[in-house]
Amino acid sequence: MALDVEGMMKELRETYASGKTKSYEWRISQLRALLKIADHHDKEITEALRCDLNKPELESFVYEIASMKSSCQLALKQLRRWMKPEKAKTSLTTFPSSGQIVSEPLGVVLVISAWNFPLLLSLDPVIGAITAGNVVVLKPSEIAPATSALLSKLLEEYMDTSAVKVVEGAADETTALLEQKWDKIFFTGNSKIGRIVLTAAVKHLTPVVLELGGKSPVVVDKNINLKVAARRIIAGKWGCNNGQACVSPDYMITTKDFASQLVDVLRSELETFYGKDPLKSEDLSRIVNSNHFLRLTNLLDDEKVSGKIVHGGQRDKTNLKIAPTILLDVPQDSLIMNEEIFGPLLPILTVNKIEDSIDVINAREKPLAAYLFTNNKRIKEEFIGNVSTGGLVVNDTILHVAEHSLPFGGVGESGMGAYHGKFSFDAFSHKKAVLLRSFAGDVPARYPPYTPGKLKFLKALLNGDVIGLIRALIGW
Amino acid sequence: MEEIAARVGQNLAELRQNFSSGRTRGLEWRKTQLRAILKLVAENEDEIFEALNRDLGKHPVEAYRDEIGVVKKSAEYSLCHIEKWMAPKKGQLPLLFFPAKAEVLPEPLGVVLIFASWNFPISLALDPLIGAISAGNTVLVKPSELAPACTSFLACKIPLYLDNKAIKVVEGGSDVAEKLLELKWDKIFFTGSARVGRIIMSAAAKHLTPVTLELGGKCPIILDSLSGSDLKVAVKRISGGKWGACAGQACIGIDYVIVQRKFAPVLVELLKKCIKTLYGEEVENLKNICRIVNKNHFGRICNLLEDPSVAASIVYGGSFDKQNLFIEPTILLDPPLDAEIMTEEIFGPLLPIITLDEVEESIEFINARPKPLAIYVFTKNKTFKEKLLQETSSGSVIFNDTMIQFICDGLPFGGVGESGFGRYHGKYSFDTFSHEKAVLHRSFFLELEPRHPPWNGFKLEFIRLAYNFDYIGLLQLLLGLRRRYTSRTVH
Repeated sequence: MALDVEGMMKELRETYASGKTKSYEWRISQLRALLKIADHHDKEITEALRCDLNKPELESFVYEIASMKSSCQLALKQLRRWMKPEKAKTSLTTFPSSGQIVSEPLGVVLVISAWNFPLLLSLDPVIGAITAGNVVVLKPSEIAPATSALLSKLLEEYMDTSAVKVVEGAADETTALLEQKWDKIFFTGNSKIGRIVLTAAVKHLTPVVLELGGKSPVVVDKNINLKVAARRIIAGKWGCNNGQACVSPDYMITTKDFASQLVDVLRSELETFYGKDPLKSEDLSRIVNSNHFLRLTNLLDDEKVSGKIVHGGQRDKTNLKIAPTILLDVPQDSLIMNEEIFGPLLPILTVNKIEDSIDVINAREKPLAAYLFTNNKRIKEEFIGNVSTGGLVVNDTILHVAEHSLPFGGVGESGMGAYHGKFSFDAFSHKKAVLLRSFAGDVPARYPPYTPGKLKFLKALLNGDVIGLIRALIGW
Repeated sequence: MEEIAARVGQNLAELRQNFSSGRTRGLEWRKTQLRAILKLVAENEDEIFEALNRDLGKHPVEAYRDEIGVVKKSAEYSLCHIEKWMAPKKGQLPLLFFPAKAEVLPEPLGVVLIFASWNFPISLALDPLIGAISAGNTVLVKPSELAPACTSFLACKIPLYLDNKAIKVVEGGSDVAEKLLELKWDKIFFTGSARVGRIIMSAAAKHLTPVTLELGGKCPIILDSLSGSDLKVAVKRISGGKWGACAGQACIGIDYVIVQRKFAPVLVELLKKCIKTLYGEEVENLKNICRIVNKNHFGRICNLLEDPSVAASIVYGGSFDKQNLFIEPTILLDPPLDAEIMTEEIFGPLLPIITLDEVEESIEFINARPKPLAIYVFTKNKTFKEKLLQETSSGSVIFNDTMIQFICDGLPFGGVGESGFGRYHGKYSFDTFSHEKAVLHRSFFLELEPRHPPWNGFKLEFIRLAYNFDYIGLLQLLLGLRRRYTSRTVH
């Protein structure tokens, strides 16, 4: 069935123009509908995620369903407050006046989702779009086809389809969508496609949010609780879609004298988590498809890293599985250090002193996340002050994504814009400045004919200089 | 071309190096630069007046109000608040995360490029610069070649007062702009037309550079029925706003007026009187009003009146002085809506008045057109005010005045849709040139087993309760007083 994009856009614009999506009641009804989907169809969702990614049920629950429900519940609770205009301070210069900032929807928005958390990365931005009062089209990733089909079916069943639509498909459909005029585009994916999206947005001056990725480093210092650190790193790397996450620790930096101890603890904790034969563990996601499987095995087969594998390396082509793999002291110009890994391989770079890690990280593009394990206050402060990254966690990994009072987004190559919590509402809103003036208090100094006296008055007024104002007034 | 490329490349390299050195990060450096800007405008007021007069025929009072005064105000506001803005903002963490601390830390984006426009060539260069400096960036400013005297002034004076390792000015036209846009910046701030805005955004897309586009549009005034002194004040504010700010060549300038048909004659008469008082009669006697910036724009604006049906709608003015590039304040009554004067941003001293049966129809009229940078509404009708606020979209809405939102540091200044995206002024300037980095501090103490594989029913139940912040349930689970979740695949 050919996609009638223009017909769809016309319908959406009409729905938006009718004003119905602006009401509090409509927004609440849609959020409740999304909660119903999560509650009544959790089994179908986890099945689709098993099918697309072999995602363990618990991961599906934690990272997809529960996360999305949590976003919905927060929005339901806070929406009235978010929708209220904010008072703005006005000064003597515009007295008498009052100001406020009114949040209004942008209009018709497009959400393009990714394959690795195909439910969450589709619905979380859609939640933002709806809470802000927009109409929205969701384009789920075709690389997670079972979830894409399920989203299409469930949203059609539960949501107001005159305002919330799903368009399935691949490059052709995405291109057709990108040719339309949107009031906002929200994209999650890699930076190559991010550039394509941003370029397409130019035609209509459409603002965009790009949630991209990058090589998120994890720096491990000495004199820490190494067991706890190792478990948190493993949870963030392999326990989160098996490394296929934008915020997964990509590579590790530690000191030369600490490396072998760190590797030992990682090895033993990995065994605790996934057993002696991780390829058989049901608790690890598989690699999403053969394309990515090939890409990852190429990184391992790069001759620059041969002999550097200190743990893992096993692969199962039929089932698209790669075991948790650690590489030690890989060269900086190896393939694995020059692209986002997005998989279960963890290269470790070693430095002489831990402070050197800052230069190593800053020599690369700004990542989406950076992680530091240390008990040393000075190192912590230096790191936080000098490493530019989307988000930063000290002594843990990925947890900042679950904290809704923190904006989630990138900087530089890792993206632009942010969301989660109220930041989602803001990302899909226009903050309209409103200034209310009175007819009284009209200042002649504003108008021609211009005189030196008026100049004096204006100077005082613009400087908020009350004495100067009085002087200027008396001087007339 | 190669020479230009080399020059801009070198500038960028130096700015990058100086940003990496950290010299622009400290509070002291930022405050020093802000004070230097204050000194620059204070010590060179006459030169600035002279340059603005040469470029635009701008009267010193207008120049002070819209340029020098704005820069002073912004720099002082920043100096006053910058320490607060730079401080991390604490986040509220739920008990579940205990022990932990969350904060949002603003940091500079890095090396910033600012394109200034020609109509307020001093303030549109220095005001964004103030924001970029406050946020701790290194900056390259490219003033507009259409305001050559002001550009020379900035190119000459900025290196004398500001840290020229971190703040640079580049003169030149589109050839220089083109070379600048090939390079990778951490932020681009552009004020100008939508046409050029698209070129900027396109170039920025290659490097995933975030941009702020301060564009324009057709900003309407809606004049509801008023009488007596209120009407007089309204007309004065409209006249002052339209012709008293760079002769209508302003992004938030009034483009056209909407009024109820029966009030149009009164409005026209009052406007005529006001124009004569404020600006003089006949183009030879014009005073207190800027000229048109150059022959190109002069020709463009005159062309808008070429269409016979447009010319026929002129009810006042219409004459011009080609030699000196002056156009008389001109009022038109109901020109055809499909004429260029009503489809393109006028950016000049022509004021069409559009009449409608009822003033409420203005909402539909505005919504049928691209979203403007500002909507001005003169009314005392509360219902109409609310309706207009709810049903139209624009960068900003001002009730009962014009232009004045520009000096309100508490209000974000920026567009939506065709009028642009991003915003600045006051703290919004600081924010627009910052990255808000999310930082979460955790302790090693209190490690939660259920976070990690191997997975089982207990852990699933734990996490389920955790997501609901059901602390009692969690306690029950830990004490073995709660049934576990069971399913086919998780045991």
